[in-house]
Amino acid sequence: MKPDSPHIALFIPCYVDQFYPKVGIATLELLEKLGCKVSYPQGQTCCGQPMANAGFERNTVGTTRHFIETFKEYDYVVAPSGSCVLHVKEHTPAIPELEKEQAELHHKVYELSEFITDVLKVERIDGSYPHRVGYHASCHGQRGLRLASSSELNEKPFSKARKLLENLVGLEWVELTRTDECCGFGGTFAVTEEALSIQMGKDRLEDHLVHGAEILTGGDMSCIMHLQGIASRNKQALQFKHIAEILNEAIS
Amino acid sequence: MSHPVQAAEFLQDAAKSKWHDETLWFVRDKRDKISHTIPEWEQLRELASKIKDNVLGNLDTYLEDFERNASKNGIKVHWAKDAEEHNSIVLSILQEKNCKAIVKSKSILTEECHLNPYLEKSGIEVVDTDLGERIVQFLNQPPSHIVLPAIHLKKGDISKIFHEKLHTEEGNEDPTYLTQAARIHLREKFLGAKVAITGVNFGIAETGEFVVCTNEGNADMGVHLADVHIACMGIEKIIPKREHLSVFLRLLARSATGQSITNYTSHFRSPSAGRETHIILVDNGRTAQLGRETFRNSLKCIRCGACMNTCPIYRRSGGFSYESTVPGPIGSILSPGLDLKKYSTLPFASTLCGSCTDVCPVKINIHEQLYAWRQEITKAQGTSGKSLSMKLGNGIFKSPLAYKISGTLMRAALKTLPDSLIYNPLNSYGKSRDLPELPKESFKDWYKINRG
Repeated sequence: MKPDSPHIALFIPCYVDQFYPKVGIATLELLEKLGCKVSYPQGQTCCGQPMANAGFERNTVGTTRHFIETFKEYDYVVAPSGSCVLHVKEHTPAIPELEKEQAELHHKVYELSEFITDVLKVERIDGSYPHRVGYHASCHGQRGLRLASSSELNEKPFSKARKLLENLVGLEWVELTRTDECCGFGGTFAVTEEALSIQMGKDRLEDHLVHGAEILTGGDMSCIMHLQGIASRNKQALQFKHIAEILNEAIS
Repeated sequence: MSHPVQAAEFLQDAAKSKWHDETLWFVRDKRDKISHTIPEWEQLRELASKIKDNVLGNLDTYLEDFERNASKNGIKVHWAKDAEEHNSIVLSILQEKNCKAIVKSKSILTEECHLNPYLEKSGIEVVDTDLGERIVQFLNQPPSHIVLPAIHLKKGDISKIFHEKLHTEEGNEDPTYLTQAARIHLREKFLGAKVAITGVNFGIAETGEFVVCTNEGNADMGVHLADVHIACMGIEKIIPKREHLSVFLRLLARSATGQSITNYTSHFRSPSAGRETHIILVDNGRTAQLGRETFRNSLKCIRCGACMNTCPIYRRSGGFSYESTVPGPIGSILSPGLDLKKYSTLPFASTLCGSCTDVCPVKINIHEQLYAWRQEITKAQGTSGKSLSMKLGNGIFKSPLAYKISGTLMRAALKTLPDSLIYNPLNSYGKSRDLPELPKESFKDWYKINRG
């Protein structure tokens, strides 16, 4: 994509902004390396997902209105999160007088890996990353945005993230026993169903560890934050990175 | 008790919960393998879903067709608006026949109506003839899974129960030996029962016949030995024509257990000479669910149990943690329609991962309905502490300045507060998980300095 090409807004989820600025930086740098003109609208806050999933979608009108106002002028909106993108597309209340802008936004907001494969039409990323990498498919990206084939469905296997990672020189893709089982984060679920959430996280980590993963990556930092938190508590030797960090490091 | 409390209890026995998870995952895996051998699998699901859409849109007509055609075939058709009516119809038939002992094959509807305790109160012996159901009946427990009723028990548990109830050798856990003992025990019960009760998998409007699927042949054994057959059917089990049956039969057993078809798929059309067949068409909340547009297609369910086998929550918390007749994801969207308050924690017993929706053979959007029930439940609960904090959240997120201040304060607070406070037992996020290391600046701060 040329520098005078469409104007892309970076949508950085609130918890990434606050806890993982390095993921925001990697996303920005990666898109720039791929030739994009990217801006970060500084008035952005949160998409409202935590409230909506807790059963309070009706209380997210102000948040949603603000989101649309912030991003409506851009050609594309790209986020390093499948979960927040899914929320914007499917779980935001209809905003009176912004119906047109809202409908348009639903078609121009993308998760990072699908933006690279589907909009930028990048077939392969040239770079090197000599590590054994386990990929955690976030459910909202996987089954919500259909970023990869779902193990339940009888469909041709595909994965947008795998397509980008697999060509990196030296990267070994770790095959898991349960390719797309949930990690147990689930937003407020992590607190309200704490025991289950922890057990699900432990089981996911185990799958990566027994298959010799050195780095666990994924498209959603929320899953990774949860998994990293459990691994750190249990002193398990596994590194954690967002896919944007790996791709950004690999290219440079 | 709420789902989180029950789930935490189930997880206390780590080895058993792991075994439960792996056993059900094995069933899910079998289902994946066999469904992948059918190239038109996704078309079958779509077709089944559309047939059910048609059924739900014309349920009144199909039910009347079914009643007319079944009556023509000599079947006595009864209507029950709720569990109480259903149970009293069953009891009146038994009393008319002066029947004191019945056999019953698997019927989740009769569980839903609590038929067994109702009949037992009237002095009637009820024997569940499905092996798994008989096992849980010995323990006075409900089924923990709609297809695998005793999946929460291990071989050793069953050996103990059979030793106590059927006097099998102590410590003999050989499945063949135990099954043989059950067969001998059940044979006696089959021979002594004048009336047999079965569930119904499909009622065919066009022909007035109904179809019962089992793996053990226990429905047939009961019906063929008894003078009277009572079939209990939820009104949503109707399909329009016999030609539609194959679509569902191809999906049902593959989704349920990974088999190509159930061992017995029995069609009941009219009673043999000198015998009677009754069918009870039961509403019990189904019409109300049909009237809820967002939730109506939960009535497409063919009770295969695939959503339970795939659910990462169900596998790790067990069927009893839901405390509803139908557990798991499908139960969590059906039960709130019956009692919103009692089942208010169930739609939250999910990460909304969507596996249930993708595995469902009739394409019920289960996880979307879980999300929708959450919205209904919080509305019904009114202003609570959580609701206030959510309103506060909206106040913060709609204002960039408020968001910035609260974010900076949060990071500052997390940095300065002692671990003992962050990892306070009240803060359950940090109980078994470390919080992320805190960066010195937010992305927004970085952007202002570096790109602003």
